[in-house]
Amino acid sequence: MNLRRFFHRWRADAELLQEIDTYLTEEIAENMARGMSPEEARRQAHLKFGNPQRVRESLWQQNTITTIDTLWRELKYAVRTLARTPGFAAIAILVMALGIGGNVALFTVVRSVLLKPLPYRDADRLFALYEHNANSPDSYSFLPVDAGSFWEWQRATQSTAEMAMVSPWQDYSVSADGGKLPEKISAGWCSWNFFPTLGITPALGRSFTSDDDRPQAMETAVLTYSFWKRRYSGDPEIIGKIIFLDARPYTVVGVLPASFTFSSAFGGSKVQVWTPVQREAPHALLTTYEDHEFLVFARLRKGATLPRLVDQLNAIQAQIQATHPDPAVKGAVIGRTMLDDVVYSYKTSLYALLAATGCVLLIACMNVAGLLVARSAARSKDLAIRAALGGSRLRLLRERLVESLILSAAGGALGLLLAWIALGWLVHVRGDMNRVEAIHIDGTVAAFTVGVIALCALFSGLVSALSSNGTHVMVALQESSRSHSGGTARARLRKVLLVLEVGLTVVLLVGAGLLLKSYQRLRSTDIGVPEENVLTMRFSLPEVRYKEPVQQVAFFEQLIGLVRAVPGVQAAGLVSTPPGEGWNGDRMMQVVEHPPLPKREVPDVMVRGAEPGYFSAIQIPLLRGRIFTLDERLQRANVAVISRSAAQILFPGEDPIGRHLRSEEGGDVHEVVGIVGDTRWDVAQPIRPTLYWPIYGNHGTAATIVIRSTHDVESLALPVERVISQLDPDLPVSDVTTLREAIGKSTIDSEFSSIVVVAFSVIALALAAAGLYGVLAYLITQRTNEIGVRIALGAQREQLLRLMLVDGLKPALFGLALGLMASAGTARLIRSMLYETRPLDPAVFCSVVVALLLVAMLACIVPAWRASRLDPAQALRSE
Amino acid sequence: MGKKAQSDGEMLKGTLDMMVLRTLVTGDAHGHTIAKVIERSSEDVLEVEQGSLYPALHRLEDRGWVSSYWGASENNRKAKFYRLTPAGKKQLVRETNRWRQMARAIALVMGEKVPVKGGTE
Repeated sequence: MNLRRFFHRWRADAELLQEIDTYLTEEIAENMARGMSPEEARRQAHLKFGNPQRVRESLWQQNTITTIDTLWRELKYAVRTLARTPGFAAIAILVMALGIGGNVALFTVVRSVLLKPLPYRDADRLFALYEHNANSPDSYSFLPVDAGSFWEWQRATQSTAEMAMVSPWQDYSVSADGGKLPEKISAGWCSWNFFPTLGITPALGRSFTSDDDRPQAMETAVLTYSFWKRRYSGDPEIIGKIIFLDARPYTVVGVLPASFTFSSAFGGSKVQVWTPVQREAPHALLTTYEDHEFLVFARLRKGATLPRLVDQLNAIQAQIQATHPDPAVKGAVIGRTMLDDVVYSYKTSLYALLAATGCVLLIACMNVAGLLVARSAARSKDLAIRAALGGSRLRLLRERLVESLILSAAGGALGLLLAWIALGWLVHVRGDMNRVEAIHIDGTVAAFTVGVIALCALFSGLVSALSSNGTHVMVALQESSRSHSGGTARARLRKVLLVLEVGLTVVLLVGAGLLLKSYQRLRSTDIGVPEENVLTMRFSLPEVRYKEPVQQVAFFEQLIGLVRAVPGVQAAGLVSTPPGEGWNGDRMMQVVEHPPLPKREVPDVMVRGAEPGYFSAIQIPLLRGRIFTLDERLQRANVAVISRSAAQILFPGEDPIGRHLRSEEGGDVHEVVGIVGDTRWDVAQPIRPTLYWPIYGNHGTAATIVIRSTHDVESLALPVERVISQLDPDLPVSDVTTLREAIGKSTIDSEFSSIVVVAFSVIALALAAAGLYGVLAYLITQRTNEIGVRIALGAQREQLLRLMLVDGLKPALFGLALGLMASAGTARLIRSMLYETRPLDPAVFCSVVVALLLVAMLACIVPAWRASRLDPAQALRSE
Repeated sequence: MGKKAQSDGEMLKGTLDMMVLRTLVTGDAHGHTIAKVIERSSEDVLEVEQGSLYPALHRLEDRGWVSSYWGASENNRKAKFYRLTPAGKKQLVRETNRWRQMARAIALVMGEKVPVKGGTE
């Protein structure tokens, strides 16, 4: 068979017409030559040729490929049948589009974020290594590594792995140059072999060498592509030029390729400049075993495996712990692939969302299958007649499949569009997510879409085809409305589908309820201060220009005075880090008046530098004693205010005022002068004891300005920034945000998952309700006659209503029971996503039961009510 | 189709293609000529059924045994002329051989004297 011929049948036919015409002309001419009259000649010629239509038909058939032709005809037929019920078609397509669209979107995200390899050479051989507490119950805590351990690891494993360390949470102030404003940028320190380990070659220049990575080396820097483009307009001559970071000259040695991205479980995706760690980090940090400041990445050499490497490192680490008995020194090592490290925090929620969309798709398929079953019921006589006339079963089945294929394909196309829109939205709102830039619809996603469409078509088509099992042609033909066998059999199948549908809906509802409750818990958590109308912005004083503490304090004092004078500012203060905006510093604190504790038991408290006006500005209540005064600065800054929980932990059962605290690290002693309320450093984390000391002194160079206003605090950002630039035009300000926004950022994952799952479960609930309504309405139409008889014979209308309602609600009740059982299992799987919410939260389960019953009741009451109001005379006459 | 064709003019299956190819050996021709030539050469015993001739011509063209071009007929009508291709010539030889074997076999069965294969009687 020749496809070209098949598609050129029209041309062949036109040629044939011309040939026939020629034939007839020739024959007529010949006949006339024989002496016939023109009419006779024409008649004879036509007689001789016979029926031209038959010739055309036989050529047409010869050129036709039967399978394609039938398929095409069936397709046309199905489209026509669907077009006859546009409402049904539109609903089915929309339902499919929602199901398929959600799945395609989530599949794209899961594939791009969780499954696609990182953009490094042989990325599957790259691993992230962490320390963790041996014997600790929480065996999956991943602690960054101390430099001391790193050097020992690197030395001992040279034959099995190439190891690099980075500290991606540094920052620099870039000085104003070339007409550009000063700015604060995120930066990373890395060992010189970091880029070779990942397999990254710079787009311009070179990466670091071991000569750059020495304490006495010249300052060098490697820029990321985006920073080079943005700040230096892609200057091709940048290599070898000097840029000023923290007012010190750095030579640019390389620019990373545009494809390079970096992120980790501990952030780092915003890093714009990389510098060699041994040149930049203080000597103490590079030799200590106690300060966990580094991330370690290793490329395994051929033949090496992660478990063997970890075993080797465990032995080293145990040795280190034995020689350095300090609680900060950890005794064990744990590793995971670099990809796992990057996406670890999103894994559960993304897979949970994918599962949720899977449920919605299943429900959508069942709904469409249910609709098709109902349709085939309406067409059962038509089908029976065709079967009786010899229409083959296969052909009827094929027709059904073609119909569901059209619905799924149209739904899939629409779904792909929905997915595209949804992904755009997701990339927009989840800028915080690692690898969000890798999300794209590509060939694999397209193939996945086609696969999903085929599966949906097969599922809904087969279910509907099987339900109208055509064995009982006679039954169907005879099935007057007085016998209901076929109808009820079909309804039974739809009821089974409904039970499953309701079950899945319950699972989704429970998940949504749990996530929503967890999110609400999270948002209603009190961080210790009022969140409204507080603006924060960070800056840090470059040590080169503000070397002496006196200079720093003078700047702070002058600045906060000017900020307070800005119209609209109700109160303002300075602090190293405000509540809800991160960890940022802790110290081990000993009480001087107590007998010294063994190192292992020294309490660890968060430390904040604060300016006296800070407490009233952010409204942290003073509980006892006093706040330090303006005089207590520089040499006299050895006072402290502690939080309530710090007082309880450090001074159980005694009055802390007047006592002294000594820092284990610096040895400096602070007198406690007051107690203030507790705050949280992260909204999702428990309260930690906190100590405040004067920021005027105590080596404070970085500060956050906290501004409170009565309304529209955002509008104060510009005037305040102007004040800062008047004071020091070279000082960059960063992280300008309201307190509420900052807290919102840390809850976005929870917010996102709960919104998406709630949306899906609402869709599922609507679909299930539509299903319940559809089945009951169908059953009642089937039984119109019977109901009429019952009413005529004196059945009570209330009784009838109850009868119909029970009939309609049964699938909902079975589904509910099934769903609750399934939820008990699935809820445990999302435990890690829940904040202060138990997986089997009774309130959530109860509300789901109530909501589902209410919706089911609503869906059933309408048809049941209509049945009970039937006019018997009309019902009986409707035959 | 005349009565004559129904009684003894009906063609043996598969022989039409062969005869069409044979006709084209003498030169390019359009459908009408081909039919006429076959009928005349068979002394009007065979009547070509148009319902099979044209589909057969299209089929032969598809298989590459004849090629076609548009030209003017004797009466100056636009006509589709068919020409034997080299592949068609080979096919004609094959089919002729097959036909000869068949004709001889049938003759033998019918008890007629036939020349010994490869020589004379």
